[in-house]
Amino acid sequence: MIYNTQVAIIGAGPAGLSAAIEIAKDGGQVMVFDENDRPGGQLFKQIHKFFGSEHHGAGIRGFRFGEKMLEDCRNLGVDIRLNTVVYGMFPDNELGIVENGKSHTVKAERIIVATGATEKPLAFPGWDLPGVMGAGAAQTMMNINRVQPGNRIVMIGSGNVGLVVSYQLLQAGMDVVALVEGLPKVNGYDVHANKLKRQGVPFYMSHTIVEAKGNGKVEEVVIAEVGPRFAVKEGTEKVIKADTVCLAVGLMPSLELLRMSGAAFTHIPAMGGYVPMHSKNMQTTNSGIYVAGDVAGIEEASTAMEEGKLAGIAVCKELGILDEADALKREAEVNERISELRIGSHGEKRREAKDEIIRRYDSWKEK
Amino acid sequence: MEGKVIIGPKAVIECTEDIPCNPCMTCCAKHAISLDGDSINSLPVLDDEKCNGCGICVASCPGMAIFVVDVNEGTVALPYEFIPIPEEGQEIDATDRQGKFVCKGIVQKIMYTDKFDHTNVVTIKIPKEYVNDVRGMKIIKEGV
Repeated sequence: MIYNTQVAIIGAGPAGLSAAIEIAKDGGQVMVFDENDRPGGQLFKQIHKFFGSEHHGAGIRGFRFGEKMLEDCRNLGVDIRLNTVVYGMFPDNELGIVENGKSHTVKAERIIVATGATEKPLAFPGWDLPGVMGAGAAQTMMNINRVQPGNRIVMIGSGNVGLVVSYQLLQAGMDVVALVEGLPKVNGYDVHANKLKRQGVPFYMSHTIVEAKGNGKVEEVVIAEVGPRFAVKEGTEKVIKADTVCLAVGLMPSLELLRMSGAAFTHIPAMGGYVPMHSKNMQTTNSGIYVAGDVAGIEEASTAMEEGKLAGIAVCKELGILDEADALKREAEVNERISELRIGSHGEKRREAKDEIIRRYDSWKEK
Repeated sequence: MEGKVIIGPKAVIECTEDIPCNPCMTCCAKHAISLDGDSINSLPVLDDEKCNGCGICVASCPGMAIFVVDVNEGTVALPYEFIPIPEEGQEIDATDRQGKFVCKGIVQKIMYTDKFDHTNVVTIKIPKEYVNDVRGMKIIKEGV
């Protein structure tokens, strides 16, 4: 069967849903595809309160944004297809999908890719033992499936993912017996780290995991101090009794589909590695294909939702659903909110990295 | 603060990093919290003349970095997001910023409204000399 739609959105996470709402509220026809059995992407795992200001919804727990967006989608009649895998992007804005075990084609006038991110792995002896998992996996287990991943957890990485998930592990009744960070300083927000410290979680800075040991499952974790270039300092090894190792060593954009589309990429380490070059309106080098959220560079759910709106507005403008003046006005509002989220010692780096992506897109376009 | 007499409970803001965030400012009915600059990124500052120690900001701060301290009464109000929620009158272990035991304390008051969305504001009473050290509490497990 062939589905025809004005806009196809891949991924029903914060960026995809927010784009869908933006388009549907202007009367555009949208189909959203997601391989999971429930929408929301990572939002429903985010049980902590978000930062920002009132117009970003600061102080609201992440999953509540998900609830609100799903309600908006329902009211607007957005067509969300769950358990639906998009397996291919083909020329002329065609998608190959598998829905309920059947293969279909989607023809769209515009496509927004909002496929999110993948956790980066870390290899060490014993990394294949049961009990070693991504921090995001542990978060899914406890916050979505209500299962404790273990009892005694070693968290590797002190970025916001590592810090926030550690706190949630404590809230779910587990012990975080070590938080291990290769750098000499906490990578995420101090306030998140302080919440853990107040609970007595030991922080091991300038440390790395050497090995996970155990008979058929994680039983002991060996960590050690690192010197320059993260080389392990001999003789500093410590053995920690633990049954779970959570890896929170960064995320990378999920680019598999975009690679099929022929869009051009560029390498920006601060954004997770390879990212699609895109304009300030989220258009890739393949006209007709837009990106939003973590796939366009690793940031946060709040920025992903705003980027979704930018992509939605741009698509509406191009399809003539939204007139130029309205589009410009709304873009300006979104951009103002985004710029507020990309300030400060953490946000500034992301802003510079985003600007660099856009600069590279602009210079590609000139050529 | 030195040389100044502080009367009653006052917010103590332990927000140390420039992250774009301002619910502490917008939630305060007394307008006692402002940002130390034009940007949303600036650190919050307290006008302790205006602050009446109500504790709304304790629940509103997404970073859980605000406490209400009464130096004369020996009370500290903390954001608390664990279960079980302690009961008023219950004895607890008061802990410091590193989670280390400081002293015993008694839960004096638990403030909660739906708006707090699962963040309870727990006021504990402790010996006065520890009000600047105590920033957490642990429920004493029976039989331990």
